[in-house]
Amino acid sequence: MTESNARSSSALESILAHAVILLAVGFALYPILWVVSLALSGTSDPSPQVLPLPQEPTLSNLREVAWTSQTVDGAEVWLFGHQLLNSVVVSLATAMVGIAIATPAAYALARFEFVGKSAGLRTLLATQMFPAVASAIPLYILLDALGLLNSRTGLILCYATTTVPFCIFQLRGAFETIPVDLEEAAMVDGATRFGAFVRVVLPAARPAIAVTGLFAFMHAYNEFILAATLLSREDMFTLPVVLQRFIGEYNAQWELFAAGSLIVSIPVMALFYVVQRHLVAGLTAGGVKG
Amino acid sequence: MVAVSVNNLHKQFGRTQVLKGVDLHVPDGAFAVLVGPSGCGKSTLLRLLSGLETATSGEIRFGDRPVTSLAPRDRDIAMVFQSYALYPHLTVYENLAFGLRLRKEPRSIIDQRVCEVAEMLGLTPLLKRRPKALSGGQRQRVAMGRAIVRRPQVFLFDEPLSNLDAALRAQVRVEIRRRHEAMRTTSVYVTHDQVEAMTLADVMFVLNAGCVEQSGTPAEVYRHPATRFVAGFLGSPSMNFLAAHLEKRSNDTWEVVVDTQNSPPIRIVLEDYPTANLRDGLAIELGVRPHDMTLAPDPEIADLRLTAGLCELLGPEIQVHTQVAEQPFTLCLEAELNTRRGELLAVDIDHLHLFDAATGASLR
Ligand SMILES: Nc1ncnc2c1ncn2[C@@H]1O[C@H](COP(=O)(O)OP(=O)(O)OP(=O)(O)O)[C@@H](O)[C@H]1O
Ligand SMILES: [Mg+2]
Repeated sequence: MTESNARSSSALESILAHAVILLAVGFALYPILWVVSLALSGTSDPSPQVLPLPQEPTLSNLREVAWTSQTVDGAEVWLFGHQLLNSVVVSLATAMVGIAIATPAAYALARFEFVGKSAGLRTLLATQMFPAVASAIPLYILLDALGLLNSRTGLILCYATTTVPFCIFQLRGAFETIPVDLEEAAMVDGATRFGAFVRVVLPAARPAIAVTGLFAFMHAYNEFILAATLLSREDMFTLPVVLQRFIGEYNAQWELFAAGSLIVSIPVMALFYVVQRHLVAGLTAGGVKG
Repeated sequence: MVAVSVNNLHKQFGRTQVLKGVDLHVPDGAFAVLVGPSGCGKSTLLRLLSGLETATSGEIRFGDRPVTSLAPRDRDIAMVFQSYALYPHLTVYENLAFGLRLRKEPRSIIDQRVCEVAEMLGLTPLLKRRPKALSGGQRQRVAMGRAIVRRPQVFLFDEPLSNLDAALRAQVRVEIRRRHEAMRTTSVYVTHDQVEAMTLADVMFVLNAGCVEQSGTPAEVYRHPATRFVAGFLGSPSMNFLAAHLEKRSNDTWEVVVDTQNSPPIRIVLEDYPTANLRDGLAIELGVRPHDMTLAPDPEIADLRLTAGLCELLGPEIQVHTQVAEQPFTLCLEAELNTRRGELLAVDIDHLHLFDAATGASLR
């Protein structure tokens, strides 16, 4: 093969590769673009078309979703704001509770041998096998007895029951990849076991902890069934429950649903943006050789 | 600085006995090397010295301070790990300063000591880097530096050179020895590389299956191995062994008789060998180092006659692979001799070792 031949074939390869990537991106983005276009359309019943372009563009859908209000104790409150806050507070708290409980538990499971370890792990795994619906009724009864229905605390507690085991499994895997040598070096250098954990293991596990926290947040943020079961007061709703209201059985308001979806995605996107700095892959690479 | 002494140390992991009564004494300021085959318990012994593992029984003392049950951080030691174990999230500077910061040394002292050590090891341009941006040799230096800044009473090394290539390993080995001569901090160094052991050690401990087989200076241990195991473990190429027995000729003349299958037995008269432990008819193993033989001036009265097999030229010497009494046998001759395959050689044994065939103990 001559040199120019080789060059043109590699250019062809590059074009092909880009074409495939573009196709994949288009494929993934197409439905999302449709949501955007629907959210910005002035008509509630857009005519079928291939390109996702808004018809009669307007911002009124967004306004209608976000500017809801309710009179509580005679005062007018911003209902959607309340609901957004519910979602964010519940999801953040779920992630924090999950990480706070799971980190020490996962570390112990990764590093120590103790009686009941494998039985405990199997039990934790078993809790992951049941879908959330299975426990919806018992949880309702429990929260009712505790007077925690229609409260953020109640929802956080329920979410934590599935988040904690999930986080434990994730973080145990992460701790197991951190070489024991690092902690031992720290202990020889003058740290206690706890000091070695805080100064060496936790920083080395930071990317894994960030990802796990993000997953826990997303799980709580997107959860619908439990929220719909346990919350009946509109001002306690989380966003998935709010969204569901737009597509009732008889009159589906798709343009409002789309607008709501857009608004709901904004906090998640912001979170991803913040967390991605912590996701620098391979932070541990190079600390230990051999 | 302190002496390190270990008294009847035992270590068990569940049912497995890893150390079976180890005694060792490292004088103040000495460089001790623990050698032995893989799995003999070298790392375990070092980890017991560091406190990362607790002894099943026995005692460890640093000077006159018993440390057997102290935590690692209370022992005033520094350790260089085989994997280096650099903290991945800290820069080289922070890695070096880690131990000093934990000990709450004042900032100015930390800064001064870190810079001093960085200068000594040529790490100054790298102080701001993370470990993952360093080469293997540089990581090794940081690991050494992290131990040195601490100025501990005892240095512990677990195969610190095994991840380096051959050339760098030789260079760092020399540096370690030079630095030890300057600092004179008591050191315990684990390796399975006998060149490292021979060149670095003031005192050497050969471990086998959880026991110290022999200790002494490298020269002593090499020249007078106390057991067959030590004799076979040290030296490259390793010692030749031939099954034989002893025969008493007259009052003070003893012969080593190597039986062969198809030819008359090989008889070697012992010269300058202490006779206290010799017994007529005793089954022994005759040990001869490949370098302890020379061509015989008079082939008629040579100790061994053999036919050269494969000959490998290794620069200054030729390694000749052959057979004696149907056993593989190696000898090293000067390169100038130009030995070829098939050549008949008559060699004299300049120095030999005798081991009791049953116990493996040297008869010297
Ligand atoms: N935590 C442990 N649990 C059980 N057995 C262990 C443990 N640590 C070491 N051993 C066993 O103890 C023996 C000695 O191990 P050690 O690591 O001290 O060997 P070593 O001499 O350092 O070998 P190498 O040269 O391969 O590093 C081995 O048989 C090993 O399997
Ligand atoms: Mg080892």
